[in-house]
Amino acid sequence: MAWNRDQMAARAGQELKDGMYVNLGIGIPTLVSNFIPEGVDVTLQSENGMLGMGPFPLEDEVDADLINAGKQTITELDRTSYFSSADSFSMIRGGHIDMAILGAMEVAENGDLANWMIPGKLVKGMGGAMDLVAGVRRVVVLMSQVNKHGDSKLLKACTLPLTGKGVVNRIISELGVYDVVEGGLQLVEMAEGVTLADIHAATEATVVV
Amino acid sequence: MKKVYDSAAEALQGAVHDGMKIAVGGFGLCGIPETLIEALRDTGATGITAASNNAGTDGFGLGRLLETRQIKKMISSYVGENAEFMRQYLSGELEVEFTPQGTLAERMRAGGAGIPGFYTKTGVGTAIAEGKDHKEFNGETYIMEEGIFADLSLVKAWKGDAQGNLVYRKTARNFNPNAATCGKICIAEVEEIVPVGSLDPDLIHTPGIFVNRLVLGTAEKKIENRTTRAA
Repeated sequence: MAWNRDQMAARAGQELKDGMYVNLGIGIPTLVSNFIPEGVDVTLQSENGMLGMGPFPLEDEVDADLINAGKQTITELDRTSYFSSADSFSMIRGGHIDMAILGAMEVAENGDLANWMIPGKLVKGMGGAMDLVAGVRRVVVLMSQVNKHGDSKLLKACTLPLTGKGVVNRIISELGVYDVVEGGLQLVEMAEGVTLADIHAATEATVVV
Repeated sequence: MKKVYDSAAEALQGAVHDGMKIAVGGFGLCGIPETLIEALRDTGATGITAASNNAGTDGFGLGRLLETRQIKKMISSYVGENAEFMRQYLSGELEVEFTPQGTLAERMRAGGAGIPGFYTKTGVGTAIAEGKDHKEFNGETYIMEEGIFADLSLVKAWKGDAQGNLVYRKTARNFNPNAATCGKICIAEVEEIVPVGSLDPDLIHTPGIFVNRLVLGTAEKKIENRTTRAA
């Protein structure tokens, strides 16, 4: 049985270590904040200018001036600080953020990441993703391993325009966990009930077992 | 020295011309100078190049100036919320210089600080590095990005005084302090004009030297993605 979205987010939660400053991307990565392990104290950075991001607000706490990078309303904590976009990306580009957990359209076996555009079809922009993958110390990608046509998104080489070159350290998918190593993607862990045949069927990239 | 103006239209007088470059604060619809954008629309100025993280949404923020075709080019990192933007871009009517969010903020900061260019790791090996100067520092490759020098900055703050000192509120700060510095003229719209001396000098975010004109904002704040949790 492959992991569902919550199980993927929970597995990504295990990547979080006490004292870390972490940036969570839009989509499934946002769910990781629900799965911070007991006793682990992490501070979430939101690149629009907030350190110490709290949970979504109650209906009567909603504040138009308080949003996350996905433009969702959010709350502050006792530890929260606010700053400008330039200061925010000094944290990111300057290597002060320990980990980023991001979504992806494609990842290649050399750690290349594509997640910002599909030429001629989808043009939204890279937002902060290029800065994050260039500057954050460890980049974890949380993604489904196949697209809706059943094609693998873990590739020998990316086909879409890159967000960053050789920037991904670890991939967590519905099937398991991979590290980017010399020679391909090293299988670190499989979801319960997933077989090696399932892994190979859903991975175009070279799998190192 | 008069900095406080009675209306956004009055504040824009003499600061607007066709083909100008503007820098605009805000992230999504949070902390955008909506009153000034409306007034800029009403000037009818065209051929505008706008550096702004986003392009508003249909009918709000810079989306208003897209509807009226007053913008020729956007310098932005993310434009996913605006259908009219997407249509104009894909049909070739609108030019876009996609710029990573941190690079955009730094380009505004650099322009305001008199720095014409800087090197960054962001975007190395991607399409945005094409045609840009590459240089190695300590064994790593960086690309050169240019500072933004705008004709006009439009920003939104929470409180401001007649000296132009500004204080922002929560994540509505975002690009505003950076955009404020990089225009030849900076106009700020604020929610409240407070007496000089009432802001704690230690807690001023944008010192008044960067702000030329100030006006009371009248636009309503919008929420793009209201998300709540159950009690």
